[in-house]
Amino acid sequence: MRKILSYVRPYAFYMSVGMFIKFVGALMDLALPYILAYLIDDVAPTKNVTAIYLWGVVMLICSIIAWVTNIVANRMASKVARDTTRSIRHDLYERINNLSCRQTDEFTIPSLISRLTSDTYNIHRMLGMMQRLGVRAPILLLGGVVVTLIMEPKLALVLVSTLPILAVGVVYISRKGIPMYRVLQTAIDRMVRVVRDNITGIRVIKALSKTEYEMRRFEGVNEEVSRKERRANIVMGATNPLMNLVLNFGLTAVIVTGAFLVNWGQTEPGNIIAFLTLFTIILNALMSINRMFVMYSQASASAQRITQVLDAPMDLETEAPDVVDTGDHIRFENVSFSYNGKQNNLEGIDFALKHGQTLGIMGATGSGKTTLIQLLQRFYPVSGGAIRIDGANVNGIEPKRLHTMFGVAFQSDTLFADTIYENIDFGRNLPKEQIELAARCAQAADFIDKLPDGYQHMLTSKGTNLSGGQKQRLLIARALAGRPEILILDDSSSALDYQTDAKMRRAVREHYPEVTTILIAQRVSSVRTSDLILVLDEGKMLGLGSHQQLMESCEVYRETSYIQMGGGLDAQA
Amino acid sequence: MPRRSDVQEKPRDRKGTLIRLGKYMAQYKMLMLLALVLTVGSNLLQLLGPMLSGYAINAIEPGAGKVDFGRVFYYAGWMLVFYLVSSLLSYALSVLMVFISQKIVVRMRKDVFDKLMELPISFFDRYQTGDILSRISYDIDTVNASLSNDLVQILTSIITVVGSFGMMFMISKQLVLVFVFTVPASILFTRYMTRKVRPLFSRRSYMLGRLNGFVEEMVSGQKTIRAYNREKVILGRFDKQNDEAVEAYYRAEYYGSMTGPSVNFINNLSLSLISVFGVLLYLAGSMVLGDVSSFVLYSRKFSGPINEAANILSELQSAMAAAERVFRLLDEPIEPADAPDAQVLQKPEGQVDMEHVSFGYDEKKLILKDLSLTARPGSLVAIVGPTGAGKTTLINLLMRFYDPQKGEIRIDGINTLKLTRSSLRGSFAMVLQDTWLFNGTIYENIAYGSPGATREQVEAAARAAHIHNYIMSLPDGYDTVLSEDGVNISKGQKQLMTIARAMLLDTHMLILDEATSNVDTRTELRIQAAMRKLMENKTCFVIAHRLSTIQNADLILVVRDGNIVEQGKHQQLLDQNGFYAQLYRAQFE
Repeated sequence: MRKILSYVRPYAFYMSVGMFIKFVGALMDLALPYILAYLIDDVAPTKNVTAIYLWGVVMLICSIIAWVTNIVANRMASKVARDTTRSIRHDLYERINNLSCRQTDEFTIPSLISRLTSDTYNIHRMLGMMQRLGVRAPILLLGGVVVTLIMEPKLALVLVSTLPILAVGVVYISRKGIPMYRVLQTAIDRMVRVVRDNITGIRVIKALSKTEYEMRRFEGVNEEVSRKERRANIVMGATNPLMNLVLNFGLTAVIVTGAFLVNWGQTEPGNIIAFLTLFTIILNALMSINRMFVMYSQASASAQRITQVLDAPMDLETEAPDVVDTGDHIRFENVSFSYNGKQNNLEGIDFALKHGQTLGIMGATGSGKTTLIQLLQRFYPVSGGAIRIDGANVNGIEPKRLHTMFGVAFQSDTLFADTIYENIDFGRNLPKEQIELAARCAQAADFIDKLPDGYQHMLTSKGTNLSGGQKQRLLIARALAGRPEILILDDSSSALDYQTDAKMRRAVREHYPEVTTILIAQRVSSVRTSDLILVLDEGKMLGLGSHQQLMESCEVYRETSYIQMGGGLDAQA
Repeated sequence: MPRRSDVQEKPRDRKGTLIRLGKYMAQYKMLMLLALVLTVGSNLLQLLGPMLSGYAINAIEPGAGKVDFGRVFYYAGWMLVFYLVSSLLSYALSVLMVFISQKIVVRMRKDVFDKLMELPISFFDRYQTGDILSRISYDIDTVNASLSNDLVQILTSIITVVGSFGMMFMISKQLVLVFVFTVPASILFTRYMTRKVRPLFSRRSYMLGRLNGFVEEMVSGQKTIRAYNREKVILGRFDKQNDEAVEAYYRAEYYGSMTGPSVNFINNLSLSLISVFGVLLYLAGSMVLGDVSSFVLYSRKFSGPINEAANILSELQSAMAAAERVFRLLDEPIEPADAPDAQVLQKPEGQVDMEHVSFGYDEKKLILKDLSLTARPGSLVAIVGPTGAGKTTLINLLMRFYDPQKGEIRIDGINTLKLTRSSLRGSFAMVLQDTWLFNGTIYENIAYGSPGATREQVEAAARAAHIHNYIMSLPDGYDTVLSEDGVNISKGQKQLMTIARAMLLDTHMLILDEATSNVDTRTELRIQAAMRKLMENKTCFVIAHRLSTIQNADLILVVRDGNIVEQGKHQQLLDQNGFYAQLYRAQFE
């Protein structure tokens, strides 16, 4: 929370002015019952009608001052909250952008998203509310108590003595109730999971006529959620009746005590009336403070989650340049890597690729194909060995320079809610011809031209209005458009039919002859024309060589090839 | 957290929605009546408080030495009793409302879920999972919150307003005139605020939703952004969205934060007016001091609900919109009932005929045109084509997830329209691309379609699917619970389990969506072996992703852009030199 509050500091002066204005407003609210008591006890007996009107006007003025000051102060508070939230969000987003991939993995993407959205939203709400109520409620509470003390200390003590009882009661109930909501949340999660299970498996469920069984299964979780919710709500529902009860009892005690005091000549009846009004003010202030308390605890959890990201150490510094000229474009020297530092996810990866060559990588899911190319782009640092591009160790290349070398289409890559043109260009301001050439080579031009608005066609978020194949072709176009030195296609043609896939590869060879390509694929047909094929299995190299060589030397490759092409290959080869 | 769906969805059929909500509540008529009694009771008792305190003050009024303690204690005693009973009643009421609303919610969720089970597959093809989930959880929750709070709140407000007005009227008819100023002021103000502020608040939710959407996109696409070195550009765009979001928030609050002080002002205004005129009346002798006191307290109560009104109205609006979304789902047409003379299909041989079948998901756009085919018992029909070409259409028709617009599908010579759906579907075994396993033990998952299968039968099926040894290697064996966060089971192993499930079914017809692209080579070999065993002696419909498996198929259907463009045997199709031949040759390019 301290870090978050430091964002408020630039506005400290402005904020204190606002708070002061608020303070004035709160005083006005307190003055009104005081004047009322004065009117009844001191002015009324004089029967001076003019004085009564005069005090009425004073009350009116107080009301207006309270109105205006509160609105002004609220608006100032909103401004501070706005500006603070804006800069917190900016810094948080910037920091998230600069997290190393390892850090992103640790936080997880959904969690980062919710930190940037719901957590900053909570902070925004809290900042506004704290400024609005943070001054007013305590002042009304304290001021109310002080005014009552001034008016009649003995009566005030009766009132004040109810407060601890109230506090104990409310704290006890929330201690008991809030954990119940946590239990409830897990039950709700379970219920949602059952429904999700059912929606995704609806074909199987219908095929096996299990709908009635599923209805019964749902009934179980449904009842459970309801039981937990009932229990939590019944506990928490006691707060308001309890507050009312205690305060109203206090009020009765004030009247009885007041009766004695009046009888002894120590106080006036008007005071008791004013007390009753102040009572409502105090009750409301208490309820506000209770609400603030709940909100503060929510917000401080959010603040903590935000601070965690902001305070994450800078990872992955660029090391001193280390260049050994080898004549190869890309070179892996006995590279090993581990995500968790325990078992290796990649081990003994060793190969070299010349300018303009193509490397095909085959292997099962989890065999380390994607990891390998992420190491090449230094999303993660290698655990052992070295990766060199034109002889320079990637650890010593400025990230900016390193990343401009690549054109990448990731396995599950993102298209953004923008035009097709902008999705290919991706903010790089590339010349139009370059973009159109890339789209043509990626075999995307066909379907783009068929769209009524062509390249200006708007995509929905994540490109959900495109088919899998169309998405992949746009991603490949994006990768090609920047005329990169190294082109990486990570399983990005799996949704293309054999024919389109082959056409695409041919066009790339023709129009981008100088590019060095790394191609990850599940299909032998996609990699078989590569200069070099790497077969990965559980992070280790199972084979390295041309298609012919691997057909002879690598059993797994040969088997896969037979399964996929039904041996037809040898007949044709 | 405001959600994107918050963006001002106005209820379309308010009356109909209300009536249906009313029906849900009417099921608990007696409880609702009891709630009504409790609400009225507890609020009336609350209202008596200021009156009693006024009487007590009247007893104090005479001043030093003249206080009538008998009356003070008498009224104070009653105050205690009334406040206590009122608090008890209001707690009882909130407990009762929790019970009622939970009953209604459980009922609604059950109705929605049961409905889901009856809806045709086309519904699930049209709606996104997230949308359905948000109806059964978020929307019903919104209705629930509104039922348990707002109803009581509205009733309380009405009783308070009417009751305190009545009380004030009884105390002093002249002083009530004060409200001639303040009530219209409140109403005008509330109307002004709702008009002015509501669009600002919906804009605020909209902008926030947009920012959330943007953030979701950009954080998920982080690696891409980094790979293309676009951090600065994207940060610029983020700043713009962020600016707009906080500005919209500010605009809404600029006006929204007027509410509190303004209502407070109207309160204070009443208080000032009441004070002056109350004292004047007191001087004139037409009011006693206790009356002034009670009047002041009632006036505070009186203006409270007016403050709440705007709030409750907007909550009700969103509850109505939520209820309507739920009802719209409940109104979806269900799968038509089986024909009255529908027969139960028993252990068919597996002869499948399609005759002149035409079908389109959209009636105007036919995908299958006049398709005829015959599959003899034990034969293999393969469906091939590029991804997204509509290969599952045929399966959808066979299983009667959809019905054809024209033509007939016959199994063992019986038109499938004349069969009960459950017996028809039960006579197929299915292994689909998306391996569907639910949260439950491995045993339950394998025996899912065959209730009453013995442990031995399940194990035999697992053995046949080459997965038995793996299962036995797990600490809990067949009792291992499959859950998202539990044991790590690979995709291949999941596929083998669904094959075991299909083995256990013992049917003569099989549907295979043969997708093994995400499976490692060794597992793939095992799956292939298991599948071959599963296919023995069955009429098989295989969606083939690889051309190698289907070279010995009895019939190959080639699908392109949703249409069946070619059919025949492997060699025939190659000789035709059409699309199939192109597809086939492309793998060797």
